[in-house]
Amino acid sequence: MFNIALFVFTLAVLLYSYKKDRQKTKQALKIAYNSFRNILPSILAILGLIGLLLALVPKEFIQNLFGNNSPIGILIISAVGSITLIPAFIAFPLAASLLQAGASVMAVSSFITTLLMVGVITAPMEIHYFGRRFTIFRNALGLLSALIIAVIMGVVLK
Amino acid sequence: MKLQWKQYSLFILILAVVILLRWQFPVIGQVALKNSVDYLIQMILFIPPIFILIGLLEVWVPRKIVESNVGPDSGIRGIVISILVATAAAGPLYVGFPVAYALLKKGCRLSNAVIFLGTWATIKLPMLMMEIKFMGLPFALTRLALTVPAIIVTGYLVEFIAGKGKEQKSSGKILAGGSRKNQALV
Repeated sequence: MFNIALFVFTLAVLLYSYKKDRQKTKQALKIAYNSFRNILPSILAILGLIGLLLALVPKEFIQNLFGNNSPIGILIISAVGSITLIPAFIAFPLAASLLQAGASVMAVSSFITTLLMVGVITAPMEIHYFGRRFTIFRNALGLLSALIIAVIMGVVLK
Repeated sequence: MKLQWKQYSLFILILAVVILLRWQFPVIGQVALKNSVDYLIQMILFIPPIFILIGLLEVWVPRKIVESNVGPDSGIRGIVISILVATAAAGPLYVGFPVAYALLKKGCRLSNAVIFLGTWATIKLPMLMMEIKFMGLPFALTRLALTVPAIIVTGYLVEFIAGKGKEQKSSGKILAGGSRKNQALV
């Protein structure tokens, strides 16, 4: 549904742009094509990695991690969440099933937040656009805030 | 135009591993291949519109508009706009990188670009809706309430650290790596 809205919106803007100025629209499409080609190798590599990761790391491995709720256990879960790149439509059902299986809120939220906030696999791409310093600090701060958020959530939600 | 093999080296390496896996362990290899192709199809659904929007942004939106809304002096307004625009995003974070990069080139403040990326990564609307569905409203709302301040603080800290001592030069330096490659392709 969201994708359709995005498509329709883009098409409308594109048509409007074409009506106003053909030359500028052509230039915009050229920019779009060039930045797409620029990013294509990285996207293909990331898609390949996600496929490999999901095939090689069984769900049971991730589920087993959640038996351990000590600080070290939480740190390991956060590390796994930072390194792996699991799409949201797989991650949320997985997280829900973990909660039902008795994992603690702190463990599950540290997994979800690091998964979303920290991207080790996408770091080379981020460096390409914004530089090494930016990428390291953004991700390090993401990890730190994910841990803080997880601890607070563990306390607030029983 | 010659194909840049170096850029594709990682992809080729991964492809080789998948093929090897498919050959030695047909079941796992098949799963890996199927996963990747599934995501590729998913990606095709939102990548073209986003890149077309980036192109239109570069051509039509004057620097002044970006600067006055999310530029260095945009303050709280800039933060709110960065968050609101990114919540409407679609697609994984790595598609957000070129968008934030295009905004930076147009004069967006560094902290706002980081806030934009943080929002894109963690609290965009399609994701929140999925989170509410699977994790329940209390979980989703608590995470949202804690994540927004974390994202804003991260934005200012990254700007402070990455732009330390060389306020003016820093954004130019951050942009230099990417833009050189972009120009080479035009």
